[in-house]
Amino acid sequence: MENKIEKRIELNAPVDRVWRALTDYREFGEWFRVALEGPFIPGKVSRGRILHPGYEHVVWEALIEKMEPERLFSFSWPQIRHHDKERYSPDYSQAPRTLVEFRLEKTATGTLLVLTESGFDKVPADWRGDALRGNDGGWTQQMKNIENYVAPKK
Amino acid sequence: MSRQRSKRSAPRRSAPALLFAALGDKTRLALVSKLLSGEPASIAQLAAGSRITRQAVTKHLRVLQHAGIVRGIRAGREHRFALDPNSIEEMQRYLDRVSRQWDAALARLKSFVEAR
Repeated sequence: MENKIEKRIELNAPVDRVWRALTDYREFGEWFRVALEGPFIPGKVSRGRILHPGYEHVVWEALIEKMEPERLFSFSWPQIRHHDKERYSPDYSQAPRTLVEFRLEKTATGTLLVLTESGFDKVPADWRGDALRGNDGGWTQQMKNIENYVAPKK
Repeated sequence: MSRQRSKRSAPRRSAPALLFAALGDKTRLALVSKLLSGEPASIAQLAAGSRITRQAVTKHLRVLQHAGIVRGIRAGREHRFALDPNSIEEMQRYLDRVSRQWDAALARLKSFVEAR
């Protein structure tokens, strides 16, 4: 079972441009939709406010891990138990954390960005609260997905 | 299938079900694959056709039960085991949700860096 999310995306922009969009806190804030308080510094916690409509009450928090110029940017962050206003808590001290890594590679047309988020093995079932919402799909419908998901990769 | 949240959440909280950790083992993954047909199976059936002993099957089933992936079903004197669809669905949904959020964020990043 893969407990990791991986996304690969080709960006038609040079590596230094992508690096800036990822690591300049103002630029990061623009596309990620978060108002950050200050620059990213490895080993330091970064905080801000989510700007997504309906999620403005959620505090964005991440521990900046690595900043290897134009190669790797990583941070770890808490998994938020409930996003809805009624149950949301800004106390992340007990929250399981995952690691987010952005890897950059120069290509002929620009940049290949590989994003991974790992550490979901540390997220207990009772933490995945939001996943329960609207949980009306049947086992049969999910069967195929799950089968593909757990099938040993050749 | 009962979807009563209060009933379901209580045991989960007392035993934090580390679903991914539980599935991060070849033998357990194989057991889960065997149960994917949806038919409950006995320990003997699960051990059949593999090199795994019944004792090992029992041990791994216990881990899967603890994680809420598998549940025991008693039919008379017989003990069978089946997948608990709720837990796997929850796990899948959780990853799907995180995955969709990244798709959206990366799409915004793409337009952001390509716009100038």
